[in-house]
Amino acid sequence: MRRGWFLPITATLGFAFLYAPIISLVVFSFNESNLVTVWSGFSTKWYGALLADPQMLGAAWLSVQVAFAAATIALVLGTLCAVALVRFRKFRGRTVLAGTVSAPLVMPDVITGLALLLLFVAMEATIGWPSGRGIVTIIIAHSTFCMAYVVVVVQSRLSDLDLSLEEAAMDLGATPVRVFFDITLPIIAPALVSGWLLAFTLSLDDLVIASFVSGPGSSTLPMVIFSKVRLGVSPDVNALATIIIGIVALGVLAATIMQLRARPKKLRA
Amino acid sequence: MSSFDTEVPPPQRRRAWTGVERTLAAMGLSGKALVIAAPAIWLTVFFLIPLAVVFGISLTVKQFGRPPYTPLLTNEDGTVQLTLHLNNYLRLFTDSLYVAAYLNSIKIALISTIIALLIGYPMAYAIARAPDQWRNILLMLVILPFWTSFLLRVYALSGFMRGNGVINNFLGLFGIEPLVMMQTDFAVYVGIVYTYLPFMILPLYTNLVKLDGALLEASADLGARPTRTFLTITLPLSMPGIIAGSMLVFIPAIGEFVIPSLLGGPGTLMIGRVLWDEFFANTNWPRAAAVAVAMLIVVVVPIMLLQRAQDAVQDKERAR
Repeated sequence: MRRGWFLPITATLGFAFLYAPIISLVVFSFNESNLVTVWSGFSTKWYGALLADPQMLGAAWLSVQVAFAAATIALVLGTLCAVALVRFRKFRGRTVLAGTVSAPLVMPDVITGLALLLLFVAMEATIGWPSGRGIVTIIIAHSTFCMAYVVVVVQSRLSDLDLSLEEAAMDLGATPVRVFFDITLPIIAPALVSGWLLAFTLSLDDLVIASFVSGPGSSTLPMVIFSKVRLGVSPDVNALATIIIGIVALGVLAATIMQLRARPKKLRA
Repeated sequence: MSSFDTEVPPPQRRRAWTGVERTLAAMGLSGKALVIAAPAIWLTVFFLIPLAVVFGISLTVKQFGRPPYTPLLTNEDGTVQLTLHLNNYLRLFTDSLYVAAYLNSIKIALISTIIALLIGYPMAYAIARAPDQWRNILLMLVILPFWTSFLLRVYALSGFMRGNGVINNFLGLFGIEPLVMMQTDFAVYVGIVYTYLPFMILPLYTNLVKLDGALLEASADLGARPTRTFLTITLPLSMPGIIAGSMLVFIPAIGEFVIPSLLGGPGTLMIGRVLWDEFFANTNWPRAAAVAVAMLIVVVVPIMLLQRAQDAVQDKERAR
């Protein structure tokens, strides 16, 4: 087939569109000037300003704690749900469960946030829990919407899994729980890792839901960034963005290297 | 399980698990029931009941106090009374602000989806046709922005389009007057396309990479021009990818809050933002709940329509 010029050029322009803003942000994070887009010399002062900002650091720490807890709860519940949907072909309420678990994927954030806040307020008025809102309510809210993503990831891995392995273990007398922990779990482990990481990232990134369900004094990192950006241009946000991009790039690089190393092993086996 | 039991002594751990199972069974619970119950209970309490609460509160009236809305059920002289107010919903229809916000959200989401499709399709096609060693790298480059923060990417874009931003600085080198891009609907379109482009490219790529090259060659051999081949072969075969990608961009774009509030102007009306303002600025919780219920209906209809279209395409594929 004749290779035209159209595809390579549009693809290049498309990638330029995706990356140019990010690259300019990284470049300007090393800018001396207070103005975000006028270059006036190399400096790392915004990184210093960032590390000296207790509000930013506190919010970052809160975000990491929330993301860790929410991703872990979402992983456990999401895995159970995926096992139920893939392995137990028939049970009452299967369609309802499948529908409910995937609904948060398409639900607008503002509705999820509002709904959970109204629930927490109603619960507090009737049973006295949760008293006020903070880290616990944010964790509950994030676990709920992250669970949907874990289910999608784990479900696809589970349905690819060769059932005869589990059947063989059962034939050898293993109980269903033992089969799950000794056979199923190790095989779906990569999906669990990527599901957890996905949930962790989504929780770290969420602004809208956290804004609804957090109380005074519990601002997550996106909430602090949003208010800073809204009030005006703040160059330390560039520095923060660069650090986050750096961590992600390193993580992806490490994952790629691990995958490349694992490949020859797979071929041998 | 016959002779194996005698030949292979059961390891220590197995006894522990059967112990757990026996305890559960004694409590009248099976493992299966527990596996289903845990996520089901969580989703009922933190997803289904909240939606019911939203619906309930949308039928109340704003009041000053805690909670800031009137109770649905009141107990007067021993009789429980249910009071429903429909004026929140009536206002949604009579106040032109809400109608305009709903229509504008659909318009912005629709136009952004079309632009994303026009940019994403050739990109997905180029990646699918790229040499093997390039394909994974290009795919990784599409996914990478997704792992960095959404909010920070929108912020990066605003640095690009600002009055003294990168684009205008560049244009200034050629003596071109600065363009006003920020705080316009244009900026919102760019923002939605920019942040959701990977969601358009990935399903299109998965679809286009499966495309049989023999079909294209056959078409060329029969004398069809590349455009004709594209329109009669590639495009119809990639319909499932087009629908899936469009759905992944259109649906979240309708409810978008961050992009219109950081990039859009005061005139950029979107329902997500109206709900936010109703809740946080006007603190009218019942009205915000009514906006949410109406928004849900607006979002659910396209989801169902698109899902039906997707099912139809899949059925057709299966029949082939």
